[in-house]
Amino acid sequence: MSERAKGMNLTLKVWRQNGPQDKGRMVTYRVEDVSPDMSFLEMLDVLNERLILEGDDPIAFDHDCREGICGMCGMVINGVAHGEQVATTTCQLHMRHFEDNAVITIEPWRAAPFPVVKDLVVDRSAFDRIIQAGGFISVPAGSAPDAHSVPVKKVDADAAFDAATCIGCGACVAACPNGSASLFTAAKITHLSLLPQGQPERDSRAKAMVEQMDAEGFGGCTNTGECTAVCPKGIPLDTIARMNRDYLRASK
Amino acid sequence: MAVTGAILVLFLVGHMTGNLKAFFGADSFNEYASFLRTMGEPLLPGRVALTIVEVVLGVAIILHMWSAISLARRAGKARPVRYAARRKAQASGYAVHTMRYGGVVILLFVIYHLLDLTFGTVNPAGWDGTPYERLVASFAPERWWVTAFYVVAVLMVGLHLRHGLWSAFQTLGLASGRSYRPLKLTAAGVSAVLVLGFLTVPVAVMIGVIK
Repeated sequence: MSERAKGMNLTLKVWRQNGPQDKGRMVTYRVEDVSPDMSFLEMLDVLNERLILEGDDPIAFDHDCREGICGMCGMVINGVAHGEQVATTTCQLHMRHFEDNAVITIEPWRAAPFPVVKDLVVDRSAFDRIIQAGGFISVPAGSAPDAHSVPVKKVDADAAFDAATCIGCGACVAACPNGSASLFTAAKITHLSLLPQGQPERDSRAKAMVEQMDAEGFGGCTNTGECTAVCPKGIPLDTIARMNRDYLRASK
Repeated sequence: MAVTGAILVLFLVGHMTGNLKAFFGADSFNEYASFLRTMGEPLLPGRVALTIVEVVLGVAIILHMWSAISLARRAGKARPVRYAARRKAQASGYAVHTMRYGGVVILLFVIYHLLDLTFGTVNPAGWDGTPYERLVASFAPERWWVTAFYVVAVLMVGLHLRHGLWSAFQTLGLASGRSYRPLKLTAAGVSAVLVLGFLTVPVAVMIGVIK
C-alpha cells in the first residue's frame, strides 16, 4: 500500500437543533485525517458516519446534486454564506481552502422566513410562494414553439440568462444584514422582464412578487451589496434596480 | 429614503455654498443671512419662502427617519437569531456600515447646530449677535470641542452621502450595471467636495483666518 499524505485535522463548531421548537446550541466536533480533496459536504459525511457508528444523531443538512446547480445545499461557514470562496456553493467548496487545525463555525441560514427544520436544514418554502405570486408566464399549452419564432436581442438574452442562473439557494438572504430576499426576487423578475414572453405580465408580476416577499417577513434592501458578493451564481446588483424600476412603474 | 435624501442633499449643497460667504467678510455673510429671510420678495411677503423651505426640510427629515426606523425594525424582525460567528462583510465599502449610527450622530448634531447658530441658545454671542458674530464665537479656539463635534458630524455626513447618493439611484431604479462606476465615483466626489466645503469655515475660524 502506498504511503498516503496525512490529512487535515479540524475542529467544527456546528449548530445542532432537534426540531423547529428546540432552542438549539453549538456543539464542537473534532474531525481527523480529512483529505484536502474532499468537498465540504463530504467532510460532513465522514463526520456523520462516525456519529452514526457512535450511536449519535447525524448532522442534518440539505444537499442534492452536489454539482453546484440545484440550490439545495447551503450553510454559513465562519460567518459567510457558502464560505469565503467566491461564486461557490457549499458542495463545490473543497477542504484545501482551509488551513490544517482550523476551527470552522457552521450555522444554518438565519432568517425568520427560513425557520430551522433541523440542525442546518431550513425551510425555504417562502421562496416558492414568491415564485407562485408571479414568477411565471401564462402561455397556452401545446406543442413547443420553434425556438426562433420570437426574436430576442443578444444582449437581452444574455442578461436574462445571467439572471436565470439563480438557483434559489437563499445565500442572499443569509448574507444580507437586513435579511432581505431582494436579490432572489429581482433575479426572477429580471429573467422574465427582459424577454418578450414576459412582457404582458411584467407590471403585475413585479407588484405581486415584491408584495409576497414583504408579506413573508423578509427585510428591506439597503443596497449593501452583501448578497451579490456571496451569491454562488454572481447574480448582479442591477437586477434589484430593475425590480425597483418595474415595481415603481407598476405602482403608478 | 431616496426622495427625502435627495431633498436634503440639495439643501446641503446650498448650505455649503452659503457658508463660504464667511470668507468674503462679515458684511457679505450677514447680508446673505438676511437675504435668506427676505428671499422671494416682493412677490412673497418676508420670510414666506424661507418658511416653505424649512417646512419641506423638516418633513423630509421626519420621513427620512421614519423610513430608516422602519427598515431597521424590519431587519430586526427578519433575523431574530444572530450568527455566532462574526459576520464578515463580503462586499466592499466602509460607508454602508455607518449609515444607521451615522444618521443618529447627524441628527444629534443638527439639533445642537440649530440651538447654536440659528437660535443662539448655546452660543456665547447669543440670540442678539449677528450671524457672523455667532459663527466666530461658536468656533473660537477655546471652544475646540464644538469644532471637534462639527468635524465628526461632517465626516459622518460625507460617509452617509458616499453610500446614500448612488443608493438613491439604485432604489429609484435609475441605476444599471454600466452606471454603477460613474454613480459611485460621483457620489465619492460630491461627498468629498461637501465635506471640504463644510470643514473650511470652522477650521478657518479656529486658526484665526476668519475673525
